[in-house]
Amino acid sequence: MARLTLTGNHCVAHAVKLARVKVVSAYPITPQTTIVEKISELVDSGSTNMKIIRVESEHSALAAVYGAATAGLRAFTATSSHGLLYMHEMVWWVAQARIPAVMAIVTRTIGPPWNIWTDHHDVMGQRDIGWIITMAESNQEVLDETIKLFKITEDPEVFLPGIIGLDAFILSHTVEPVEVPDQEIVDSFLPERRQPYVIKSGEALVMGNVPSDLLVNFRMREGVHRGLRNAEKVIERVDLEWGKLTGRHYGGLVECYRCEDADYLFAGAGAWVGDMRIAVDKLRDIGLRFGVLKIRYIRPFPYSRVFEAVRGRKGVLVFDRSISAGSAGPIFLDLTTHLYSSGLRIPVKNVVTGLAGFDIGYEDFVKIGKSFVNEVSESGWITSFLDFYP
Amino acid sequence: MGLAFEKEVVEIRFHGRGGQGAVTAAHLLVDAAMRENLWGAAFPFFGAERRGAPVTAYARVSRRVVSTKSMIKKPDVVVVLDQAVMNYVNVFDGIKNGGVAVINSATHTLPSTRLPAGVRIHTVDATRIALDFGLVLAGWPLVNIAMVGALARILGMKLSSVLEAVNSILSGRAAELNSRAAERAYREVVEVEA
Amino acid sequence: MKRDELILPLSRPKVGVQGTTGSWRIRKPVINYSKCIGCGICWLYCPDSTIDIEDTGSRFRVSIDYTYCKGCGICWTVCPVKAIDMVKEV
Repeated sequence: MARLTLTGNHCVAHAVKLARVKVVSAYPITPQTTIVEKISELVDSGSTNMKIIRVESEHSALAAVYGAATAGLRAFTATSSHGLLYMHEMVWWVAQARIPAVMAIVTRTIGPPWNIWTDHHDVMGQRDIGWIITMAESNQEVLDETIKLFKITEDPEVFLPGIIGLDAFILSHTVEPVEVPDQEIVDSFLPERRQPYVIKSGEALVMGNVPSDLLVNFRMREGVHRGLRNAEKVIERVDLEWGKLTGRHYGGLVECYRCEDADYLFAGAGAWVGDMRIAVDKLRDIGLRFGVLKIRYIRPFPYSRVFEAVRGRKGVLVFDRSISAGSAGPIFLDLTTHLYSSGLRIPVKNVVTGLAGFDIGYEDFVKIGKSFVNEVSESGWITSFLDFYP
Repeated sequence: MGLAFEKEVVEIRFHGRGGQGAVTAAHLLVDAAMRENLWGAAFPFFGAERRGAPVTAYARVSRRVVSTKSMIKKPDVVVVLDQAVMNYVNVFDGIKNGGVAVINSATHTLPSTRLPAGVRIHTVDATRIALDFGLVLAGWPLVNIAMVGALARILGMKLSSVLEAVNSILSGRAAELNSRAAERAYREVVEVEA
Repeated sequence: MKRDELILPLSRPKVGVQGTTGSWRIRKPVINYSKCIGCGICWLYCPDSTIDIEDTGSRFRVSIDYTYCKGCGICWTVCPVKAIDMVKEV
């Protein structure tokens, strides 16, 4: 084990190398570029025998990854924002073909206007397709979760691709001390590549031909959903396995911080969960018992774990760094849908903030938390279900 | 003991010009802090990189894991790699009362700009040090690592931690010369009396 | 800025929106008018439109706006008669 100071992007690159990925294909876009630059350096220095396929666009990058993965190789790509949108068609093909592969999305807002700062519109736009989606809070988590994703995606109960999401700049370009596991540890953790089928030269096999029976096609769609639901227990199991090897457990699908006796919860995903932790400490100093429910996996959405965490609270504040325009924030929509169908009636409020990279710190969460307690105490419920802050 | 061990978290802002290595300086500081069992985070100003333009980089050094990801608006310490940027930028903007400034200066005098209350000024002639060791790239003296040496002294960190960090992030001749520059700056940094 | 007003991603170009970018320079382009043939190629290539041009009838007279010139040296590179020198500033 080496202790190094690394950016979030370099953590992704190290994880990809440690997972013994065979093929990487990507097209440069800020703030993703330094992931593939670092991988390229590692290849150049002879410390890995990965093959990098250079392409003219993100659409082709994922197509190349898809081809390599279909042929039986562990494959990886990375992108952000407009690059991801350009890739969108292939994002569907990989998932619906049930091909395990891993992609890093350095979350960045979408134009116009041109803007390279973080929000979650790009990654949230991929949530209805069939990819596993995890969001990291720290660079250590970026490294660990990227390695784990190879195991989760290649599990026979899952056989779906996975996305590791990391916030632009506040993780991707921020240096933090990180423990990088030894190759032997990762080798003992990751089995040989597994996938539902391999297309080989000399053996006729057609993937994706026009269906003769639409019900079969229907069941394929349904199966993608089932694969994601199965992923829940695989994610929990893999988290424990990794914890045993490294001492780092993250709680699987969700993590609760100071939840045990909490009256109110913050819920959210991504780097700003760190600021929520500090805010919770500060709110408790003034007698307001808050906790943080960190949604580690956006897909599969952890219904049951969320239900257990939220039950019995006086209120929940859900923070979204994107909005499904015309409705509400996507995490709020997922969370409230399940609570309602479980018959749980507690005040849940959505705060949409940090859009377009607008800087949000713990002072902001403290302020929002205080005002939420007032709102719930005075009205007995919430006066609006969705607020934009500021 | 020094600032890094007295405070819960020390927030630092580096001022320089694009291409001078302010981001590397912030990274190196956090790497050195890690070697003293401190936590830290270093980040650039988020935006396009512009050679020659006044730029900032940031670091937090803490006894606990750095959880916050927000920008530093009220630094405890400012580090000025190039005094010329003080003509265009208020490097003391938002600095805390009792804060510290470390300035690359040949004259070891107080800056001509008005100083905020309670700020203590430290100077080191990092340009001279860089020139003496032949640390020059494309006509620019490479002062960034020397400035980390000076800063580490003020934060109460060990020189050996800085040298280990230099050798971890740089290699070969660059590591050797920058180690010597950091060492000299660590020794030569002085507080200027107000 | 009111929440309910129509906010559009539009702006109009104007001089100096990035501030006085002349402060970024470490070398400054200086035109040697005894060599300059007034072809205007430097004006055409300047990425920041900091070269002013005046049509004197027979040829162009160019000059540099040092308030905004970043000192990138493209004019120095493209000048066909090497009439521009890059002079050290910092």
